[in-house]
Amino acid sequence: MSSDTTITAIPTGVVGKQAPGIWGFNGSQLIALLLMIAALGVAPFFLYPVFVMKLLCFALFACAFNLLIGYVGLLSFGHAAYFGMGGYVAGHAAKVWGMSPELAIVLGGLVGAGMGVVFGWIAIRRQGIYFAMITMALAQMIYFFCVQAPFTGGEDGIQAIPRGKLFGVVPLDSDMAMYWVTAVVFLIGFMMIHRIVHSPFGQVMKAIRENEPRATSLGYRTDDYKLVAFILSCGLAGVAGAVKSLVFGIATLTDVHFSMSGEVVLMTLVGGLGTIFGPLVGAAVVVGMQNYLAEAGAWVTVIQGVIFVACVLAFRRGIVGEIGNLFKVKL
Amino acid sequence: MLDAIEAFLGVPAPLLFGQLLLGLINGAFYAMLSLGLAVIFGLLNIINFTHGAQFMMGAFAAWMLLAWAGLGYWWALLLSPLIVGFTGVILEKLFISRLYKLDHLYGLLLTLGLGLIIEGVFRNEFGSSGLPYRIPDELQGAWDLGFMFMPIYRGWVVVAALFFCIATWLVIEKTRLGAYLRAATERAELVQAFGINVPRMITLTYGAGVALAAVAGVLAAPIYSVNPQMGSNLIIVVFAVVVIGGMGSILGSIITGFGLGIVEGLTKVYYPEASATVIFVIMAIVLLARPAGLFGRA
Repeated sequence: MSSDTTITAIPTGVVGKQAPGIWGFNGSQLIALLLMIAALGVAPFFLYPVFVMKLLCFALFACAFNLLIGYVGLLSFGHAAYFGMGGYVAGHAAKVWGMSPELAIVLGGLVGAGMGVVFGWIAIRRQGIYFAMITMALAQMIYFFCVQAPFTGGEDGIQAIPRGKLFGVVPLDSDMAMYWVTAVVFLIGFMMIHRIVHSPFGQVMKAIRENEPRATSLGYRTDDYKLVAFILSCGLAGVAGAVKSLVFGIATLTDVHFSMSGEVVLMTLVGGLGTIFGPLVGAAVVVGMQNYLAEAGAWVTVIQGVIFVACVLAFRRGIVGEIGNLFKVKL
Repeated sequence: MLDAIEAFLGVPAPLLFGQLLLGLINGAFYAMLSLGLAVIFGLLNIINFTHGAQFMMGAFAAWMLLAWAGLGYWWALLLSPLIVGFTGVILEKLFISRLYKLDHLYGLLLTLGLGLIIEGVFRNEFGSSGLPYRIPDELQGAWDLGFMFMPIYRGWVVVAALFFCIATWLVIEKTRLGAYLRAATERAELVQAFGINVPRMITLTYGAGVALAAVAGVLAAPIYSVNPQMGSNLIIVVFAVVVIGGMGSILGSIITGFGLGIVEGLTKVYYPEASATVIFVIMAIVLLARPAGLFGRA
C-alpha cells in the first residue's frame, strides 16, 4: 500500500543542479517576481490597503509553511502556534513595553523561532503522519496556554495595539505607511525563503524530501537539516503574525486556533506545494474568499472543505503548479 | 474511614471521585476513538481526520432518529453506527480509495477537507448552540456509592465503552477475519494473492472504524449537548493519545485512552490550570523518552 511518491507532484529535476539566472531566479520566475513587485507597488491604490496587508501577512505565513512542506516534505499541522504567538508577543511588546514596531516584529520572529527550536526538537523524532499529529497536538497545547495565560487577555485578546513609530521616527498610524512596511517585510521574507531554497542547504532539504534514507547514507545529518528548516519556517511565521497584530492592532485566539493551521495548509495547497509563488496566490484566493463570502457564514467552511477535496483529488499541483506545467516553466 | 482517606488525598473525596469518573468517561471516548483511528491506520495507512466529524454524526444520527423517526436510545445505539458506517463506506469508495498510491499526507488532507464539509453542513443546518438528548429512562437516576453519587448513565458509558473496546480487540486478535486483517496490515499484496478481496476488506474496515466513532457519538449524546463542534474539540486530544500509545497495538490504545482520561481527571483535582494541556505535555515527554510511543513498534 505504501509508495514512495513524494508530496509534490512536480518533477523537480536533478537535485544539486544550480538554477541559472539572477539570485537563483530563472527567466520566468524573474518575470513573475517583477510582476509581483509591480503589483505590490500599485495594489494599495486600487484595493483597500488593510485587505492587501492582511493578504501579505498570510502570504508570508504560507510561504514560511511552504518552506517545510514544499521543500523538506514535512507537514506541520500546528503552524498557527508560531504565527499566533508571534502576534501575541509582538502585540504585548508594542503595547505594554512600548517597543518600536521594527523591534516588535523582530521579537515576534524570535519567539516563533524559539518555539520552533523546542517543538521541532520534539517533533522531528517521528516522520510523516506522526510528525503532523505531534505538531498539531503541540499547537493545541499552545492554544490552551493562550486561553489561560494572563498576558494574552484570554477571549478578548490583546486589543488596541499601537502601531508606533518605525525606528522611533516614522509614525505608522496611516494605512499607507503601514502598508509599505508590510510590503517590505513580506518581500524580505519572500527573498529569504527563495535564497534558502536555492542555497546548498536548500539542496539538502530537497534531497531529504525526495529520499531521506539516501540523504542520510550520503552523510547528511538529516535531523539537523530538518530542525534548522523547521526553526526558519517558525521564525518567519512568527514575523508574519507580528506584522498582522500591528496592522490590525489586535491579537486574538483565532490566530493560534487549529483552524488557522488548517487554513495555511489550504493556502499552500491551493497555490501549489513547492512553488515559489504558489503560497502568495493561494493566500490571495483564501483571504479573498473569506472577505467576499463573509456573509455566507458557515458555508465558508464547507467551501474550504470542498477546495481541499478538489485539490487533493484532481488538482495536486495547485494553481501556480498548473500554470507552470501549462507553460512548461518552473514558477 | 472516609475522613482518613480525605486527609491522605488532600481533597474532598466526592470531588476526587467525581473528577475520576469524568476522567474515566473522557478516557472511554479517547479509547474508542483512538481504537478506530488505529484500526483504520493499520490497514489504510491514512490518519482519518474525518473521525471527529463522524463521532459528531453518530450523535446527530441518534438525535435525528429520536426527533424524526421516534426511535429511542437503544435503537440509535444499533442504527446510528450502521448509518454512519455506511456513509464511511461511501466516502472510502468515492474518495479515499483514489489516494492509496500517493503519499499518506494526501489522505490526511483529503479527510481533513471531508471533515470540514461535514461539520460546516451540520452547522448550517443545526446551528452551533447544541441540541439536548435525553438520557433513556432505564438509565436515569444515580446510585449512592457511599463516598459519592454516581449517575447511572455515566457508569453505563464506561461499561459500554469497555465492552465495545474489548469486542473490537477480540474480533481482531481472536477471529479468522481479524487474522486476515492483521495479515493485510503487514503485507496486503500477499493476502490478496491468497484470494482474499483486500480492497473490499479495506472498505469494510474503514466502515467499521467509522461505526466505532459513531457508537462513541451515541454514547456521548446524552452527556454533552449534540453540537457540530463536539468532534473537532475532542479529536486533537485523541491524536495526542494515539501518539502516546503508538498505533502498533489495539490493546495499547485502549489502555492509553482510559489511562490518559484518568490522568486528566486527577489533574483537574490537583492542578486545574494544567488539565487542558496535561495530555500534550505527556505526549512531549513520551516522545522524548520513547519516540515510538508506549506500545508502538519503532
